[in-house]
Parts: sequence; structure tokens; C-alpha cells
Amino acid sequence: MQKLLLLGDEAIAQGGIDAGMSGIYAYPGTPSTEITEYVKASKEAKEKGISANWGANEKTAAEAALGMSYAGKRAMVCMKHVGLNVAADPFINSAITGANGGMIYVVADDPSMHSSQNEQDSRFFGKFAMIPVLEPSNQQEAYDMVHYGFELSEKFETPVLMRLTTRLAHSRAGIERKEPRKQNKYKIPEDLKQFILLPVIARQRYKKLLQSQEAFAKESQKSPYNSYTDGKDKSLGIVACGLAYNYLYENYPGRKVSHPVVKVGQYPLPYKLIDKVYEECDELLVLEDGYPVVEEMLKGFLDKGKKIHGRLDGYIPRDGELNPNIVGEALGFEKTRGNEVPSIVAKRPPSLCKGCPHIDSFLGLNEALEPHGKGRVFSDIGCYTLGALPPYNGINTCVDMGASITMAKGAADAGMFPAIAVIGDSTFTHSGITGLLDAVNDKSNITVVILDNYTTGMTGGQPSSAFERIENICKGVGVEEDHVRVIKPLKKHHEENTAIFKEEIAYKGVSVIIAKRECIQTLNKRMRAKVKDKKK
Amino acid sequence: MNKKDIILAGVGGQGILSIAAVIGYAAVQSGLYLKQAEVHGMSQRGGDVQSHLRISENEIASDLIPQGKADMIISVEPMESLRYLPFLHKNGWLITNSKPFINISNYPDEESILKEIKSITNHVILDAETMAKDLGSARAANMVILGAAIPFLELDFEKLREGVKFLFGKKGEDLVTLNVNALKAGRKITEEKIKKKSEKV
Repeated sequence: MQKLLLLGDEAIAQGGIDAGMSGIYAYPGTPSTEITEYVKASKEAKEKGISANWGANEKTAAEAALGMSYAGKRAMVCMKHVGLNVAADPFINSAITGANGGMIYVVADDPSMHSSQNEQDSRFFGKFAMIPVLEPSNQQEAYDMVHYGFELSEKFETPVLMRLTTRLAHSRAGIERKEPRKQNKYKIPEDLKQFILLPVIARQRYKKLLQSQEAFAKESQKSPYNSYTDGKDKSLGIVACGLAYNYLYENYPGRKVSHPVVKVGQYPLPYKLIDKVYEECDELLVLEDGYPVVEEMLKGFLDKGKKIHGRLDGYIPRDGELNPNIVGEALGFEKTRGNEVPSIVAKRPPSLCKGCPHIDSFLGLNEALEPHGKGRVFSDIGCYTLGALPPYNGINTCVDMGASITMAKGAADAGMFPAIAVIGDSTFTHSGITGLLDAVNDKSNITVVILDNYTTGMTGGQPSSAFERIENICKGVGVEEDHVRVIKPLKKHHEENTAIFKEEIAYKGVSVIIAKRECIQTLNKRMRAKVKDKKK
Repeated sequence: MNKKDIILAGVGGQGILSIAAVIGYAAVQSGLYLKQAEVHGMSQRGGDVQSHLRISENEIASDLIPQGKADMIISVEPMESLRYLPFLHKNGWLITNSKPFINISNYPDEESILKEIKSITNHVILDAETMAKDLGSARAANMVILGAAIPFLELDFEKLREGVKFLFGKKGEDLVTLNVNALKAGRKITEEKIKKKSEKV
């Protein structure tokens, strides 16, 4: 069969389609977005009746996937690492309920924070939930592991976490497909109390999860994704997790590593393999993309055993993603760096697109705020976070999805005036509505600016889940009708819009200004498609 | 060919991924291994973007090219071509567009950029926009630049032509012809440069 050239994300999606997945649920987030986009665009998935859905947020997506698992079918839920914080409640608790149909949480971490606010490592979450974790080292494994993961999930009636990082998510390689498997038949759980986490049942379920730990560990021991390769030079043994395995081999021409190597692709850690490399070698080097999760475990709190090198002792930088050079230098190879970057090369940070509606919103808001001074704008996660950069310097916070409204509320409660929240339409429906409700209930003196560009812009223009319903949501939550204002952010309306910002800032209570204009990217895409249709 | 490690450089929105797609198509059709690391997400909004494209007869380990090992940098923007010099092998080639994309206020003086590019022993610099415009549309500038890299790629031209067809075929035969002509125009510039260089020696 001809190989398919796929991104790591797409390989996971194709894996799901071929492994008999019945549904995929997600909220877009770099670097995980392309998984669900691929399934949504796939003819094959459509023909097979696979349900592909963007949820309002990662929590709703995870719960829907769990519901599908309850009904006996295979379900996948995808998110970026910080999305797992949002979905932490169903994630941790679904480890207790267990799965019926196979269930995989696919979480893409972003070490080096290419498009994120932190570089948290989801393997910690896997350990926290006490479920098996899979970590592919390449695109083929990413594809294969979906099949394997669903089987693992059904065999042990547990959700499985599949963790990957940006570099694999967004790198393309040839994939060999497996024979497609049929979807599961609809089947409710045999034990109708399995998913009722009343304390009396939860205690039993939790005991079952604890008892499963040994089985999970045994499974890791014989996993095809964990292996031991011998090497002559036993002065150092290497433990290489996920993608780090490739960076290791890149440093050895002909792929002949001179040291013993344990490759880790499935957790809990394979005890016997780790024990063997520890016993046979003088010291260990741990290579892992993300936090020093494995390194810390092997070192232990007292660190009284053999020397374990990695991120904690400076062999490898404490933060940022790995690459072949970092790994090479940790192994003592010479630097291969070419010429330095000439000093004239200037930084080119990302910026709001030409014609972006947020530009006009920021210009209006900035002018309205001028008399009040700086430092009063709480913002959120999305393209508009770029409003932090010059020439706008228009926002003062960006913490987590939805935090703009709630932080503005807290600041207003502390006496700050004006307290402004700037949030996008998709972020508002993701996690902003409940915060707005809090503000309304407490009559907090805040002004919320909802930048409604009809889409989830930063991740490439996925649908906005409350399209054309934002106004009614605000009114429904209890914002007074007179103080739900709609503006069109265009240069020609600048004076008028600025005046509206000023009026609503002056109003003592919760006011909402919805700046409505379509994202320039999705608009252009739509126009191009229109022209193409006409040509046909 | 043993392996080619290529850094593609540009600014988000300039479409370096279409260059990658054509090379990728030709490489896969030639039975070669390929890995291609792309940049998605925030940086695509007008920031600097790069793609590591690796093709090889043997299986490829790392998705990222090690520093100092790239056989070439192909850049659609002159300043961006310099950003990845630490990756370029001392015998590697720098192939770049001369037309700057200025979306920052502190963009350096164009002359000094050209000077830096010309200080690299193996470089090809060409005004791809003008060449593409002469052929019919400035939008084919990408393929002019890819064309200029062809003499170093060691890929069959027919396979690259098929790649162009694969990428642009849906949009009509005219566009395919334009882009194939763009490839040829770019290739000619480099071939002449190589000829001159060998005459000097």
C-alpha cells in the first residue's frame, strides 16, 4: 500500500478512523487542532459515520467522549496540554469510572511554548490519574498507537492517555496503514453502577483502579513500544522517552548507539528494563521532551544511588524542547553549529493581520481609556492577545481561557476603576459565560469587550460555538439590555465606537460591548471559495 | 543522492509550505524517506516561520535538522534567510529571494542584508517577484525560488513537475504551466551561476 504523508496529528486521526473509532471530540488548540480537522475533512470518516465534533471547551468534549465510551463505542478526545487542565475533572474521574468502549485522551504538549502560556507535561497528569500513558516517538508509532491504545483501553476497561509534543504533532512523514477495523456495536456497561461515582461505589472503583496498577505495569513490560538495546560502552546508560529517542539516534551515524538504551513509549515505566540498564551501567542519562518526569522518578528524593543525568543537573537545559544538538552535547559530542546569525537580523514577532477587526477595537478602546491611565485591561487567549504588543500595548493580562472577565471582576471588587475585560467570542463560550454570571450576580463594575470575529481565529478558523447568539447569551445571563452594545470595528466608525466604549466604562455595573466583524482570514478564505464556485 | 537537509524560511503567510509540498511530492514519488517539521499556530500570524525538510535514501531519525548540517537554506525573504545560518553546513547553499517583506518598524537596511548574503560562499540571490511577474503572476515567486534550488536537490525534474501539477492542478492548467515555467526560470539562474563559478576555477 502507498504510504500516506501525514503530520503526527493527522496520523493519529487516520489511526482513529482505521481503528474503529466512532467519535472524536475536541476544542481547537495548537498543536492538537489538526487531529480533529483531519477527521472532519475525511471522506472516509464521513462514509463510516464517524462523529467529529468541536465542543464548547475541552471539558464538554471529554465528557461527550466518555459518554460515547459508556455506550460501548470507541471515542477519542483531543486537546492541547493546557486544555487538559480544563478537562481535568472528567479526566481524573474517568480513571475511576473506567471505560466501556475504548477511550483515548490525546494531549499535545508544547515544550518551548511555541503557541502556549506554559510547557506543562501531561505525563504528570497520566500519573495523577493512574492510567496508562502512550508516547509515540514518530508518526508511524502515533498511527499504530491509536489501534494499540483502544485495545489497551478495552482490555483493562480504562481510559488511556496519549501524549505527544509539538514537534511530532506538526511534522510530516510517510505512514503505512493497517487493515481497517469495524466500529464497536452499541453496548451499555454490564455493571450499570460502574459510572455512578457515589462515595460507596467510587471507593470500590478506586480500589479496582489501584489493583489495576500492577497489570498496567506488566503491560508496559511487554509493550512493543518499550525496549532495551544493548551497547558496549556501559559507562553510561540512556533512557530515551518518546521523541527524544530520535534525537539520540540522529547523533549516531548508521544508528549504532554505543551505550545501552531503554526506549520508553508506554508508561508506567517498564520496571525490568529500567532496572537492567541501571544495574549494568555506571551512570544514566535521561532524555525526555518536557518536564524531567522520568528523571525525577529514577533519581528519587534522596538521590543516593548512581548518578542520573538530565535536566535536573544541567546536562540538558531545564526548560524548552529538545533537539539533536542539545542531546548531542549532553552525550559529549562536539558542537556542529554553523555561522552565527548576523547582528542586523531583527526579531519578527507575530502580529495582528492587516485588516483584522481587533485592530480597530483596540484603537477605540485605547482612546477611551486614555484619561484613566494604563494597566486596566484584563485579556484572554486568542489572536487578540497580540494586542499586548506595540503599537497597541492594549492589554495587561493573559492567563487562561476565560480569566479576563473573572480577573476584571476581582480587580473591580478591589476598587479598580475602570476594570475592562477583553475576550474573543470562542473564548467567551469556552469559559467566559460563567464568569460573566458571577459579575452580574455581584453587580461588579466591569466592562466586558467581546471581540466577536465569528470564529476561533488563532487555530485556523474553526466555527465559533455560539455564532450569532452572543448578545442573547449576555442578556440571558442577566446583563441589562441597555448595556449590551454592539459595534462594528471599522476605521470609519472609530469616533462612534470610542464614544460607546466611554459610555459603557462610565456605567456603574456590568456592561458588555460586542465588537462584531468577521475575521479577515476566514473572510478571505470564504471569498476565494466563492470565486472558485463561480468559475465552476 | 544520500540525503538532503533543507531549511525553508520566510514570513507567516508567504507560503513556504507550497515549496515543501512540491519537494515532498517529488521525494516520495522517488521512493525516498521524508520528514518535514512545520510551524503552525501563533507564529503564522506574520512572524518568522521555518520548516525543516529532510529527504534521504535511509530512514530519518530526527524531525529537526541538526545545526551545521543543512545542505541548503531556501528562503522567500532575504532577512529570513540569514536567521537560520547556524543550521547551514559550511559547504551548504543559501538560496534566497531578494525582495524584502517589511512588516516591522526596525527592518534593517536592505544593502546590509545583501552584503551579509553575499558574504556566504555559496549563495544564489534572485528577484523572484519580478521574474514571476514577467512570467505572468508575482504569485509564482515561490516556484521561481524552488527552481533556483533544483540544481542542488538531485531530484528528477519530471517528478517536481508532477508535484506542481499535484499542488496546482485543481486550479487549472494555466496555473500549472505558469508554475512549471517559474521552476525553469529559477533553475536557469542557478545553472548560470554554477557555470560562471566553474569557469572562474
